[in-house]
Formats: sequence, structure tokens, C-alpha cells
Amino acid sequence: MKGRIFDIRRYSIHDGPGIRTTVFFKGCPLHCLWCHNPEGISQAFELMYWPSRCRKSYDCVKACPLKAITKDGKGEIIIDRNLCDLCGECAAACLYEAIQVVGRDMTVDEVLLELKKDQAFFDQSGGGVTFTGGEPFNQPEFLEELIDAVNETGMTIALDTSGFAPAGLFRKIVSKVPIVLYDLKIMDETRHKEFTGVSNRIILENFRSLSGIKTEVWLRVPLIPGANDDDENIKAIIDVAREMGNVRNVGLLPYHWGGMDKAVRLGAASSFRRFEGLTDERYEHIEAAFREAGFEIRKGG
Amino acid sequence: MNERIAKLRQQSLEAKPAISAERARLLTEFYRKPGVGGLSYAMQRALAFKHVLENKTICINDGELIVGERGPAPKATPTYPEVCIHSSEDLKKLNDREKTPYAVDAETARIYADEIIPFWTGRSQRERIFSAMTQEWKNAYEAGIFTEFMEQRAPGHTVLDGKIYSKGMLDFKKDIEQSLAGLDFYHDPEAYDKKEELEAMAVCSEALISFAGRYAQKARELAAVERNSARKKELEEISEVCEWVPANAPRNFREALQHYWFIHLGVVTEFNTWDSFNPGRLDQHLLPFYRKGLEDGTLTKESAREFLQAFWVKFNNQPAPPKVGVTAEESSTYTDFALINVGGLKEDGSDAVNELSYLILEVVEEMRILQPSSMVQVSAKGPDKFVLKTLEIIRTGFGQPSVFNTDAIVQELVRQGKSVQDARNGGASGCVEAGAFGKEAYILTGYFNIPKVFEVTLHNGRDPRTGKKIGIETGNPADFKTFDELYNAFENQMRYFVEVKIRGSNVVEALYAKYLPAPFLSILINDCIARGKDYHGGGARYNSNYIQGVGLGTITDILASIKYNVYDKKKFSLEELASALDANFSGFEDMRQIIVNRTPKFGNDDDYADSLMRRVFESYFGAIDGRPTQRGGQYRVNLLPTTVHIYFGKMTGATADGRLAEDPVSEGVSPVQAADRNGPSAVIKSLAKLDHVRTGGTLLNMKFTPQLLDDDTGLIALKDLIRTYFRFMGHHIQFNVISADTLRDAQKNPDKYRDLVVRVAGYSDYFVDCGVDLQNEIISRTEHQEF
Repeated sequence: MKGRIFDIRRYSIHDGPGIRTTVFFKGCPLHCLWCHNPEGISQAFELMYWPSRCRKSYDCVKACPLKAITKDGKGEIIIDRNLCDLCGECAAACLYEAIQVVGRDMTVDEVLLELKKDQAFFDQSGGGVTFTGGEPFNQPEFLEELIDAVNETGMTIALDTSGFAPAGLFRKIVSKVPIVLYDLKIMDETRHKEFTGVSNRIILENFRSLSGIKTEVWLRVPLIPGANDDDENIKAIIDVAREMGNVRNVGLLPYHWGGMDKAVRLGAASSFRRFEGLTDERYEHIEAAFREAGFEIRKGG
Repeated sequence: MNERIAKLRQQSLEAKPAISAERARLLTEFYRKPGVGGLSYAMQRALAFKHVLENKTICINDGELIVGERGPAPKATPTYPEVCIHSSEDLKKLNDREKTPYAVDAETARIYADEIIPFWTGRSQRERIFSAMTQEWKNAYEAGIFTEFMEQRAPGHTVLDGKIYSKGMLDFKKDIEQSLAGLDFYHDPEAYDKKEELEAMAVCSEALISFAGRYAQKARELAAVERNSARKKELEEISEVCEWVPANAPRNFREALQHYWFIHLGVVTEFNTWDSFNPGRLDQHLLPFYRKGLEDGTLTKESAREFLQAFWVKFNNQPAPPKVGVTAEESSTYTDFALINVGGLKEDGSDAVNELSYLILEVVEEMRILQPSSMVQVSAKGPDKFVLKTLEIIRTGFGQPSVFNTDAIVQELVRQGKSVQDARNGGASGCVEAGAFGKEAYILTGYFNIPKVFEVTLHNGRDPRTGKKIGIETGNPADFKTFDELYNAFENQMRYFVEVKIRGSNVVEALYAKYLPAPFLSILINDCIARGKDYHGGGARYNSNYIQGVGLGTITDILASIKYNVYDKKKFSLEELASALDANFSGFEDMRQIIVNRTPKFGNDDDYADSLMRRVFESYFGAIDGRPTQRGGQYRVNLLPTTVHIYFGKMTGATADGRLAEDPVSEGVSPVQAADRNGPSAVIKSLAKLDHVRTGGTLLNMKFTPQLLDDDTGLIALKDLIRTYFRFMGHHIQFNVISADTLRDAQKNPDKYRDLVVRVAGYSDYFVDCGVDLQNEIISRTEHQEF
């Protein structure tokens, strides 16, 4: 069984407690307009091109068997992503790492090998591994197999999810992990659809189903100016979280433009929106609201 | 800090380093006296020491509580022509150079030209050393294969233990007399030499007492004319303190600090010791005085803080004796590497962290000055609170304290044959060197450029920079059919240069033992008095010589690159690679990119590269460890660079890891700059594969941008990163917490950043005082950002 992973990062310190290694699953049912990891949305491989690294050697142009990469009159690299079949010849040819295929199919054992490298750091710090994405539930069989294998090793798991998953599957998987990092974005269903492409009904149902279970729930809220940072939405999130009883930790993630930079590299900028940056005042105002409601706040995670 | 300390600190910061000819002049005056040549060398040295201390300027600065300067004024730096003569050109260079200048006034230049240079030419140790070295040694030295510490500074490198806090110079004198009385002239062929040495020690102990007496006298004189009644009282107290210590054991906190300080001045006046002489485990030594003072009401936490801060200023007033030539290249800094140890273990193996450990950390944080340097010893038994407090200071971007693993230090010292108690009473000094404080002469003999040895191997014994044959013939690139054949040639070449280095060091050691004994330092280090032997002649309980390996990251990446690209993947041949290196990769950019981006590198927790690091370490260790020294000790290895990785880089052409000619080689045991791409935990894992316990110290430098540490999550994670490294028996780790942008701005606008202290390599320095190459190197070192 193989899963499609787009990154594994060690020494992650904002994806759950302690020092962690975070595994990014490729593929997500949501399409948030602010997405911080746009390369995690499509489950297919994708080509990423960094103009800043490119030294115009045109090795990619020469290497492409389908002539999907060309240079224009000014010498700029043009990628026809419709022609591209993601064979990876261009990436292999580019010595400057300016063009890369995003995504790698890995077996459970391959992922496990990578995770075990930092087990001593997890033990020392009370950390562990975090599965995020994309949406891990988008690859349910692989996710479950990986969770079972990791549980065997004694490393602890935090599962980061949008909650957009079939209820039965969701409950089964969640019962196998000690911590769930649960993303709530927008409480109003229409607005949720507008900004993420899907209804939030399943998301809220799954969230409520976590109430009272043994698994620790850490809430994560991205703060996107104009999309979800209004007082009404913040209050609605606080209210639903309070009802849960087992939510204590809240991670607030201010919007940043890193996702937009990646979207440009994917040639997909037009399907995302560039929002304003969150002001310090606004952030502090929102943080204060969560604090007053009795939550412990972690900025950025 | 209070107003007094703020003023003293400011005075110290503003004082300009200058060369003082006073010591050189007094020394010359002494050696010109009739009859000196007829004395034993030990007695010559002792009487010269006495002459200097009896005649040098006494300096009590306004507002001081702890008194005594090495030179005639703060930052007036004495010279040591008996070891190394500064030529008139050297003095001019020191005065004119942009970075770390030492002012040389016309009178100093004149005294040097008229008196010092003519008298000492033909008599200095540096000349003796260079004339005693073989051609092979000179070839290697000039090519940048190794450096020699002792060609211009004396073999100091030791740190004090707790003995001086229960003993005054009068007590030491009694010990000396007892040892003298026990000499057996009937059976011991060395009895006469011992007598001379012990009598020299006795002269030195009296000399220090009379030096302090001159301070007592001066304080009395100042008190007599002082109008301010509070200051008058202080001066009277200073006078009383200087009359009591160092003659007698200190009775309270303040006397303990003044006692140490006089002894410190004695050591650094006797010689320009390499380097780092300091009180060592200060929080342990002072604790009884601190507790007693609080108990009987003679001391408060705040007055203790003030005394400590006043003590800190004294260190900052003493810039390192200026170096010349190659040695100035390898280490050009005002810092003299006094490294105060805090924390660690007690002699009985229990946790040594105490309330004074925290107070000292507060002093470090508040003072923010270059000297003394500070470090914490973290043992598995020490509290997390102690580590977190340390990190809170580190994150302010000051580069101090550095963090050491007590458990590794103890294992290292015990492996070398020290008793476990002596090991626990020890620590680290200089940059990172483990030592049994107060009982060991552990001499750093010089740096060893491992990547350069490989370059010479690839050229069959020639240095491609000069075309000169400097090594042995081990074969041409075309001859090596397998990686192991190439590796064996490299190993043989390395053994050859180690032989050359050790032969040289043995001679240097013998020259110091014979011509330049150190009877004052010998009083302080066990068991010189009991053995009647000099510190330079094997009197210490433990004697070690270190050869400091440099460029571990670079040589590992060189070997990984060749094994991977030439022998495993056959992307190019060794001859093609050698041509590319000779061309400094010009015309071979594709090859260089393959090497930089598509080749396993040390520091990424990749066994392919990391196992080669282990192999090189075994070769280096095997060539050196356990070899006998002249003093009856052993040669050992450690891995630290100070700033020599810049100089060694300049002497080394392009290397197979993609490094261009003259760029710095890697520093300490850190990965090659920017080669570690898997974050800090991967660096730690790679470094954990090194057997630190068989070294006498390793230096790992990590740079963190402030963002990663600005919340508790980042701070606690870093604490756990350190704890994990230390569970793996890593020796030392230090952090630069600064953003690259800040550094670039500082480079452009040095005036805006005069106070910016960065950790360079085992010590901190003012960023604007670093040379532009070093500045660039600090900027380019991997920034461990969270991705």
C-alpha cells in the first residue's frame, strides 16, 4: 500500500506538542481560497517551477519529450501544463532544483523509516508525528495502515484534519490517535462554500462527535482577513468549541502570503485569492476573545 | 545594574586597546642586570616576574571595588618579547589595521626600536622554535597544513580549581618549603633541578604578595586625599582587602574575588599564556562565601551582584595579547577566551546547579560584554529551569552562554585516565576544551587542516597552490581504482603530516621546559609543588597535548562526493574531477551543481555521508590519540576551529564538495555552511554519530533566527533539542540568534551596530570587528528556520 505524500518535515514545533515530524498528505476535498499549502490540494503529481532559482540553462526545455516546456521570445520558461504528463525528465535535468515534481508515492515502511529518525527527540520533548495535508482522510486506507504502524512503535500521533470525511470512517480513525488537530474556518454554511468550495455540515457534525471522547482535541483556526476574522464568526467558533468540553488548546494561524507564492509556482495563481495581511491589532483582539473564553492559545499552531 | 557598574562598564567599553611597552621594558631591564645569566632558568624567570611586579604601574580606576590591571591602564596590553618580538612593522600593522587595532604611540615604538628589539633579537623563543624545526615542518606550516600555537604564546591553557579559596600565597609557600625540605639529594638525580624550581616558586609567591601590597599602599594614598567620604571608605576597605589577600585565604565573597584576580594577574603577567586562564567553576567556588555572607548579614544578593559585575569588568579590561603573522590570521580578536563555567556536577556526582548559578547568569545577561565568556554545564541531573534560563539569555542575540554537556566532559576525561572526581571538578575552557581544572596542563599545539591533506593527496604529495612537494608520494588520481585505494592514500598522507606535526610539537615542548619555565603558574596547578616540577616540564598531575582537527564537514563532503559521483554512480572520473578542481570549477559548473545539489552531505542524518565522517574521525584519532608527549603525557584530538577555518580555507584550493578555492572550510564539527537542509534535528542526529567521548572537545555552531525562539514553544523545543543531543553524548552546542538581514545591515552600517555581539566559534566577538570574510561566512551559515 502506498500513499501520496508531498513533504515530510522534521523539527516541526507548531503542529502539536513538543518536537514533531510532520507528514503532508497530498489531496484535499476543500479548495480554500487562502490555502497555505496549495500543492496539497490536487491528489495528482504537479510541477513546481521556481523562477528565482532558474539560471536559464534550458536543460528542462531540452529534456521534455512532449515539448511542454518552451522558452518565449524574452527567454522566459513557459510550461504548458495541459501538455505535461509529469514524467519528471525536466526535474531530473535541472541541476539548480528550479523545477520539481511535487508528490511522492511512499510505502508505510518508507514513511516509518523517516519518522523513526527523530524518535529520540519525540521522547525527550513529549512530541511525536503529525499527519496533515492536504487532507489525510483523502487517503483513508493508507492513513489507517500508517497510524497502526506508528502506534506499534510507541511514537504518538497528532492528526490534523479539516474534518471533511465520512462520519463512520472519521470516528474509527480518530479513536486510534491521542490528539486531533481540528481546523474550523467559517461557521456560516454559505460563506464556507464560497471560500472553501464545500459545505461545512459534515465538518461540524464530525467536530461535535468528538465531544466527550478520550482523544484530545486541539482547535486550529486560520485567520483570514475578510473571510473569517469577523467578530460574528469568531464568536460562533468559540461557542461551538466551548460546548465540546474537551477542547482546551486553540492554535491561531494568521494568514500569510507563502501559499500564494506556491500557487504561482504551480501555475495556479488564478484559482486562489490574495487577501490582506492580518494586522497585529486584529490578531490581538481575536486572541483576547479566545483567551477570555478560557482557551490556551498557540500562535501559529 | 547600578550607577557605579554602568560607569565602570562604559569606561571599559570605551577604553581603546593599546600596546604597553612597560612589561617588555622592565623585563629587559632585569635581564640586563649583571649575574642574571648565571642563574638557573627557573630562578631567572622568578626574579624577572618579581622585578616586573615590583615596578609596574599601579592602577586603581575611579569607582572600582575589585582592583588590579595587567597593564598600566585598562586595555593597555603588555607584550612578551622573551616569547615573541613584535617588529616595528608588526607594531605599525597593529596600530593601522582596521579590525581589532592596538594603538601604538610614538614612545612605545621608540622603546621597541631602541631597547626591546635589539636586546631580544636572537634570544626569543619564537626564533629558537623556528630554527629548531625541520624543512618538512616548515613546508607543511607554510602550506597551511597546520599551525603552531606556541611560536608566539606560551603553553598555558589551564583553568583554576577551588584550591585557592582555602589557601593564600603564604600557605602555598609553606607547601613549597615542605617540598623543599623533603628533597632527597642522595637518591634523586633531579633533586637540584627541583630545588631551583621550588625556590623559584617561593620567590613568585612572595612577589605576588608584594604586588598586592603596592595596591594596598596606593589605595591608602588615594583614600588620604579623597574628598568624598563614601569613596574614601571604599578605598580604605580596598586597602584592607589587598593587605589580606592573596597572602592569606579569603574570608568573604569580596576577598575571594579580589584574591582570584591578583592570582589571575600573576598568571597573565608571567606569560602570555595560550589562553583562557580563568576561575573555572565560579558558582561552586563562591557558594560557601555567598551563603555565609547572606547568613551573617555581611552580604546581600544585590551587593554580591555588584561585586560580580565589578569582577566582570576586570576581565573586559584585558584584551588578548596581540598576535602576529599566521597566528593573527587564525585568531584575530580581543577576547582571550576566559570561559566562566556555571552548573555541572559536584565532586560527589550530584547536581551542582545552585542559587549562585542563576545569579551569575543574570550578571552575564546584564553585563553583555565580550569578556569574560560564559558557558553552562548541563548534566542529565540538572534542572530544565537552568537550561531555559540559559536559552532566554541566548535568544537576546548576545551569543553567550555556550552550552556544554557535563556528562560527556566527565566521560572524556575519565577515558583519558583522570579520576572521576577530578573529572567532575573539571569543565571546558577556551573554546570547548575539556580539562581537569587545577590539575592538568592541556596544551593546544595547533590546528590541523584535514581538507588540505586531501588536496595534497590528490596531487601526489604536491601543494597545487605553490607547486611545491610537501607531502609523501601516495599515487596519482589515475592510480586509484577503488574508493578504498584513494582513502588509504589519504590516510597515509594524513599520518605523514601528523608525524611532522608531533615531531615539531615535541621539540617546542622541550624548548619551553628548558628555557622558559613558569614557576608562578606551577604554584597553582597540582602536583607541581609536590613533584618539584614546572608546569612546562610535566609537573601537572595530568598532561595532554591536543592537535585540533579542522574541516570535518568539508572532508566528509569531499569523500562523500567522490565515493558517490566517481565510484558509485560513475558520473565523472577522478581525473576529470581533479581537472575541475584545478580550474576552480570554471567550465565545470554542471559538475559543481551535481555535487552541491545531488550528492549526500554531512549534517542531514544520511548514513552515506555520516559513515564517512566516522571513518575520517577514526583515521585522525588513530594517528594521534595516546602518543606520548615530552612531558610524560599523551597526545589527544579535539575538533574546533576558532577562526582558523577562514585561514585554512584561503590556503586550500577548490574541493570536491563543490567549495570554491579560498572559501572557508567548515568550522568545528558543524556541517558545511548551507549543506544541511533537513533542519536542526537532522544536524543533531548526524553529529550524534561522532564519538565525542574520545575527543577532548567538539564545537557545534547553530544559528537560529530570533523568530524561532520568540515564544515559549520555540524555547522549550530548543531545550529538548539540546537535551537530546546531550543524551547522544554530544559535547557542546552554541547558538547565534540573529537574522541574516540584521547582519547584512550591520555589515553596511557598522556604526549602527557597534554593540552587536555574535558567536564566532567557541567565543563571541563584536560583529563589526570581524573581517569581511568572517562576516560573510557568519551570514551564510545555515539559518535554521522553521520551514
